[in-house]
Amino acid sequence: MATPLLLQKIRIGRVAIPVLALFWLGVTLLPFVLMVFTSLKSQEDNFASPMWAPPSHLEWGNYLSVLHGSFLLYLRNSVFVIGVALGLTLLFASMAAYALARLRFKGQGSLFGLIVASMIVPLHVTLVPVYLLTRNAGLYDTMFALIGPYVAMSLPVSIFILTEFMRQIPRELEEAARIDGCGPIAVFTRIFLPLSGPGLSTVAIYNGINLWNEFIFAYVLTSSPNHRTLPLAVWDFQSEFAANIPGMMAVVTLTALPLIVAYAFGQEKIVKGMMAGALKG
Amino acid sequence: MHMTLNRPAALPLLRWPRSPAWLVPALFLAPAVLMLAVFLLYPLLSSFQLSLLDWNGLGEQGRFIGLGNWLHLLHDPLFWRALGNNAWLALFSIVIQLPLALALAVLLDKAGERSRWLKIIYFLPLLMSSVALGVLAKNLYDPNFGPINLLLQQLHLDGLAHDWLGDPAYALGAVIAVVCWQNVPFYMVLFLAGLASFPEDLSEAATLDGASEWTIFWRIKLPHLRGTVRTAVLLAIIGSLRYFDLVFVMTGGGPEHASELMATYMYRTVFSGFQLGYGSTIASAMFLVVTLIAALALRLSRRFQTEV
Repeated sequence: MATPLLLQKIRIGRVAIPVLALFWLGVTLLPFVLMVFTSLKSQEDNFASPMWAPPSHLEWGNYLSVLHGSFLLYLRNSVFVIGVALGLTLLFASMAAYALARLRFKGQGSLFGLIVASMIVPLHVTLVPVYLLTRNAGLYDTMFALIGPYVAMSLPVSIFILTEFMRQIPRELEEAARIDGCGPIAVFTRIFLPLSGPGLSTVAIYNGINLWNEFIFAYVLTSSPNHRTLPLAVWDFQSEFAANIPGMMAVVTLTALPLIVAYAFGQEKIVKGMMAGALKG
Repeated sequence: MHMTLNRPAALPLLRWPRSPAWLVPALFLAPAVLMLAVFLLYPLLSSFQLSLLDWNGLGEQGRFIGLGNWLHLLHDPLFWRALGNNAWLALFSIVIQLPLALALAVLLDKAGERSRWLKIIYFLPLLMSSVALGVLAKNLYDPNFGPINLLLQQLHLDGLAHDWLGDPAYALGAVIAVVCWQNVPFYMVLFLAGLASFPEDLSEAATLDGASEWTIFWRIKLPHLRGTVRTAVLLAIIGSLRYFDLVFVMTGGGPEHASELMATYMYRTVFSGFQLGYGSTIASAMFLVVTLIAALALRLSRRFQTEV
């Protein structure tokens, strides 16, 4: 007669599961709610009321003053740097992946192994030498300072994903194209590149989000708002307006917004893309 | 597609007429290899070379002091403390994040399509940049105006209110809590993918044999997830050893090095202490630690895999 114990366990499960679901929902959402509440309060309102109290009136001025400041400059820089870095990453990674997946050359296996292994390198180890390199090349505090490191940090995982992807493309397609007289470049641009669409979009999402949030290289390699990317808008604002907490929360909300909006339009793709780097790493 | 079975011998290597066989692969690999050489391989080697110098980063070049920095590192209590903090971070990541993530994954898996919106919301923290999250968390922890202490006071639990980030006793724990908040959804989705590959008829058969859901979970589903759990532990360890962002934003490694990690100690040494040589020694040591432990963990997990 083990039923009482068994029943107990099942009941605990019945209660515990929804409780856990709701508890974690609260834990996840609460910081976001507090952030938005505070960003819409006036400074006096913020001092007078606890953070969890809704704003007594909506103070959109915080957002307006942030948008009238240099925020849009940071946004423009982010779009430019990440656009260029992603474009180069996709091109270079798909070329390399094609060679690793389909061409044959000496040392192919060990080169692929080396690239996969480089995924565990702690990037901070390269920070000081990259800083010196940038300074010596005269690129310090330009937007071009970030493009090289960003492409390099995105390449290993991208090459890995795309190589695995291109290995699945049927050989018959390639052979048919070659019989029709396509050379190596045409086989790559007409067969492999168009058929790698899903792989390319996974790589673009994964690296795009990582780079969009990248902080330390941008912090070390640039110094002026004219050349800094979005994560540094929060940082610079924090040191400049330490007392203006609602203003600060408005900046934080605005920096988080682009990704959240993108996420609203394609949750499945973004979840899949963000996990792709890890699943086989 | 059975035609492929008896197709003629494969076409010769893809290359241009009269070009050497290595030329085409070399051209396709060149841009990526060049970028990796300049911005990854060279900096790694350069870091080891810089670790042999006594240099403040200004002027032409530092003074060569051989293994002086490395000997100093071996006796540097701050480095060992930082390494210890990395280990705490790894431990708490595994002990807190993984069980929580697994519980949430089981919950979502059970609820199926109905819980899609829950999954969408649970995933949100992962999209926050560490600076934005760090600044937000700093405000939540604020000893005077932060909602955490305010709530504790209103519940008459003043004794539990602390200067969370300013007190060496609590700083590391306070940061780790935020790291966990951000990373739980990652492992949750990882486990969810593992659960999705679970053959449904297996649990149906077990139910017919009279097994309770509890038993099915512990005896059948969890063993099925073994590989996923192993991956998660590995990722948590490697991620914790090279962690930097939230600690840097929230405490900078302080107060009194209470939340110092290897990466923040390296940063502080180079960019605040202007000891480029010694900072590079810390960086190189961090590289060695991460590589060594990753290799060891991979080997161990492989042995584990073959034994089970």
